[in-house]
Amino acid sequence: MATEAISVQHLSKLYTTRDGGVAALERISFSVDEGEFVAVVGPSGCGKSTLLKILAGLLSPSAGSASLRGTAIQGPRRDIGVVFQSPVLFPWRTVLDNVLLPIDVQGLGRERFMSAAMDLLALVGLRGFERRYPWELSGGMQQRVAITRALIHDPAMLLMDEPFGALDAMTREHMNLELQRIWLERKKTVFFITHSIPEAVFLADRVLVMTPRPGRVVDDLRIKLPRVRPLDLMTTPEFGDYTRHIRGLFNVKGGLDA
Amino acid sequence: MRSTRNVALSVLLFCVSVGGWEALVRAFEVPAFILPPPSQVALALWRGFSSGLYLQHLSHTLLETLLGFLAGSALGLVLGTAVALSRPVEFFLYPYIVMFQSLPKVALAPLIVVWFGLGLTSKVINAALIAFFPLLVNTMVGLRSADEERVSLMRSLAASERQIFWMLRLPNSLPFVMAGLDVAMIFALIGAIVAEFVGAQKGLGMLIQSMNFNMDVSGQFSILLILSVVGLLLNRGVMMIRKRVLFWDPSEKERIEQERVSA
Repeated sequence: MATEAISVQHLSKLYTTRDGGVAALERISFSVDEGEFVAVVGPSGCGKSTLLKILAGLLSPSAGSASLRGTAIQGPRRDIGVVFQSPVLFPWRTVLDNVLLPIDVQGLGRERFMSAAMDLLALVGLRGFERRYPWELSGGMQQRVAITRALIHDPAMLLMDEPFGALDAMTREHMNLELQRIWLERKKTVFFITHSIPEAVFLADRVLVMTPRPGRVVDDLRIKLPRVRPLDLMTTPEFGDYTRHIRGLFNVKGGLDA
Repeated sequence: MRSTRNVALSVLLFCVSVGGWEALVRAFEVPAFILPPPSQVALALWRGFSSGLYLQHLSHTLLETLLGFLAGSALGLVLGTAVALSRPVEFFLYPYIVMFQSLPKVALAPLIVVWFGLGLTSKVINAALIAFFPLLVNTMVGLRSADEERVSLMRSLAASERQIFWMLRLPNSLPFVMAGLDVAMIFALIGAIVAEFVGAQKGLGMLIQSMNFNMDVSGQFSILLILSVVGLLLNRGVMMIRKRVLFWDPSEKERIEQERVSA
């Protein structure tokens, strides 16, 4: 029996501006099962980052409720890992020290997590880079350090906010394969935000499609493509059907601004 | 190849300008109490050091400078941190700090000498008062300049404000603090000399004053030379510490790289 990892009910977020309010999110409802990979796709300004910040406990909603693993979100919590668009590494810390940041913050004792850190770094292909500094690494490698950091305290869930948006197209495809591999190996719940339709279809079990002004979920699409998915999958007709369908939703709603 | 040529050029330039100065002073028979020739300055330098006179005053001025630097930096760090962390402190205290800073410290030096005497204390206090402001401002700006995303990351890990300060804000402020120390070091030297001018029993500033009364202009030139070399060495000292501490700072790396290119 699948339990609910994320449950969102009638969630709204209003930003107050000088000439009234702007609805970033309007009465959004959805749920995510434990171990599921869910992608949220939408153009910029559709409130998807706001949604992630609420789930991460960094913002509070204006109305409605959101809960993670059965308990209401009341602020940042320690059973999630967050990956942002940029790697957000601390330049004065080595790769290993950056990975261990959550352990330091949560006072869990480095010794117990040292071997876990080494295993994770090997998993993302960064063996031998433990003593390097972030500025000695490429953008893709830095983002892999950020993913390792999000996984180090063994959270039940990963929240990812356009983690590969700043990478070049080739690195990005490579990182998609890597993320799929890590997910298949670790089976965490992943809540993944992106503005790339192919990326969402390629990675996710389910794609939530959002349109802006006000931010709404207009479709909840199950991607029935077999795993492990190779990059070639993107050229198949089934894959094309999914992406065409999602793109069609944006054109009907007039939400595509890019 | 290039570097040896540059060194040779720089030595040549030095010799030509010193030689030209010597030649001009001799050719136009400029009196030594207006502009002494370099040979006399060198002689004064030699006499001063061999008699032990300069070393005695130099060490005194150095002590004042370093103590003033330490006290002023500590004060600047503490006040800067307080202002950065607390809105009330900023609101109530910062205007007075700025008002105090806009006073010319030279005008304050006579009062400080009256209050704290002709000895070491008044010099250290004057040096500290001049040195503390660059550090205060830089600490304040540095602590507040932490990147929003990094703060979000720390918050998403449920870090406390105290942890965000120690793990993020403080290391993040170091490039600013080091730049402040750079300036503070030179300011401390200026502060010590100014206070010695006003009234002192020892120190290079006092020595310049007494040489001025005796029309010993080549002596004054020799002290000025010492002061500028001391300033350079103090600055280099701070820069060495800075390179050690800020090995991770991209702007620091650029600087190191540039030095490598120009060397």
